[in-house]
Amino acid sequence: MDAGAAGAGGTGVDEHLLRTLTPRVTSILVRRGADFAAAEDAVQDALVEALRTWPAAPPRDPLGWLVTVAWRRFLDATRSESARRLREERVAEEPPPGPTESADDTLQLYFLCAHPSLTSSSAVALTLRAVGGLTTRQVAEAYLVPEATMAQRISRAKRTVADVRFDQVGDLATVLRVLYLVFNEGYSGDVDLAAEAIRLTRRLVAALDPRHDGHPEASGLLALMLLHHARRPARTAPDGSLVPLAEQDRSRWDTGAITEGVALLQGALGRDRLGELQAQAAIAALHADAPSVEETDWVQVVEWYDELVRLTDSPVARLNRAVAVGEADGPRAGLAALAGIDASLPRRTAVEAYLRERDGDPATAARLYVEAAARARSAAEREHLTRQAARLHTGPEDA
Amino acid sequence: MAKYLMLKHYRGAPAPANDVPMDRWTPDEVSAHMRYMEDFADRLRETGEFVDSQALAPGGSWVQYGGEGRPPVTDGPFAETKDLIAGFMVIDVDSHERALELAAELSAAPGAGGEPLHEWLELRPMLSAPTTVED
Repeated sequence: MDAGAAGAGGTGVDEHLLRTLTPRVTSILVRRGADFAAAEDAVQDALVEALRTWPAAPPRDPLGWLVTVAWRRFLDATRSESARRLREERVAEEPPPGPTESADDTLQLYFLCAHPSLTSSSAVALTLRAVGGLTTRQVAEAYLVPEATMAQRISRAKRTVADVRFDQVGDLATVLRVLYLVFNEGYSGDVDLAAEAIRLTRRLVAALDPRHDGHPEASGLLALMLLHHARRPARTAPDGSLVPLAEQDRSRWDTGAITEGVALLQGALGRDRLGELQAQAAIAALHADAPSVEETDWVQVVEWYDELVRLTDSPVARLNRAVAVGEADGPRAGLAALAGIDASLPRRTAVEAYLRERDGDPATAARLYVEAAARARSAAEREHLTRQAARLHTGPEDA
Repeated sequence: MAKYLMLKHYRGAPAPANDVPMDRWTPDEVSAHMRYMEDFADRLRETGEFVDSQALAPGGSWVQYGGEGRPPVTDGPFAETKDLIAGFMVIDVDSHERALELAAELSAAPGAGGEPLHEWLELRPMLSAPTTVED
């Protein structure tokens, strides 16, 4: 499976091609003198038009078609605002410059859409629309909000970045965080957001490389995504319930994605600028490398969690480290590593339940699983934890 | 068409006939229950009667306006609160009878021993927009 391909949507249009072209068209319009907000609106109109008309009349030159239609939309919109007449004349009369967009333009779009002045929900929405080439409706469906709400969120985001110059150097860390969020918090809809996040991160890494000495954290993020995405076929049981890492059928992991992820990670680590995303990817790679949970190199996993804790001082990293310690040095050591982690931290109770069970205390484990289920953040997680409690309450024959 | 809210309670509803808490069911019984709920929602999607469905976390808090320039006042969660909503489903149906029929079907979801729960669900009609023809 091509992890970079996004959902086809059944429209008969090559949506993957459309999404790839979208940011390029926006960049071309901006180069011709359109401001970002107006260009982005015009391209969105052209995109919706393409989805409507391409099935019956596919263009010979899709990029040319999109530029022409979007430019016309931009001029129409500009004309309709009489206050902008002077600018319209200037823009309309100037011949469009010949050269099209470059990698720099793509990069600028990422920076603008994930500008630090935006809230994360706004940055996610704007990135998916302007860089990802999704329609407002698709973004709305993916996040389960009404289309009008999403449209409003996007236009507010555009107003927020209206004064940001397009050639300003952006904040890569924010871009990476936004892409991470798209990957990690996507709901299922018409569009596969995890695959979309991979596609966007892949393009980002490609755009970064020629200009810089490589950005190891960007490659680390792509590796992290690929390594987690590789497990997806094994993560859900046929009845839709969650299958934890330890119980996954590893023969169903996507070895192509794993190979690519590991190679990317090695390249990133070779640059000797460790960051939290590379450390997370390294942990995912160790799991990917293990034929079974027992054969996992837990000692090395713990060492990477030590790095992650050092880099982030995050309680979530400490919690996951306790799980790894439990595997490396036994449940007692895991429980000791749990001490000092705030009891209100999500999943902490679930981790303790797991460690208590392994430590031979099923009664406490069952009670903790019930408690953890009440605190679960997703229905699937709650169901999984309830099933664990049920398993302990109703006897080992179901284990 | 009329919209109805079906409420499932953690607490506050009369006890169901099959009153074994879910963590005392077998894992297969839990799966069967979940599957029943999902199949039910899927059927309503197919008949065009499904609007929305959400499960709610049990913990919550009470919040109140704290006055000009002051932070919101919060309280709770109240462990002693008699009533606690576990989740809801919104349906859009042709008649009150149909709403009752669907609520009953949902209440028959299997529990311990695979037997129907006979769970009490609360059915509340949603107030609609005024109709155009008034006379």
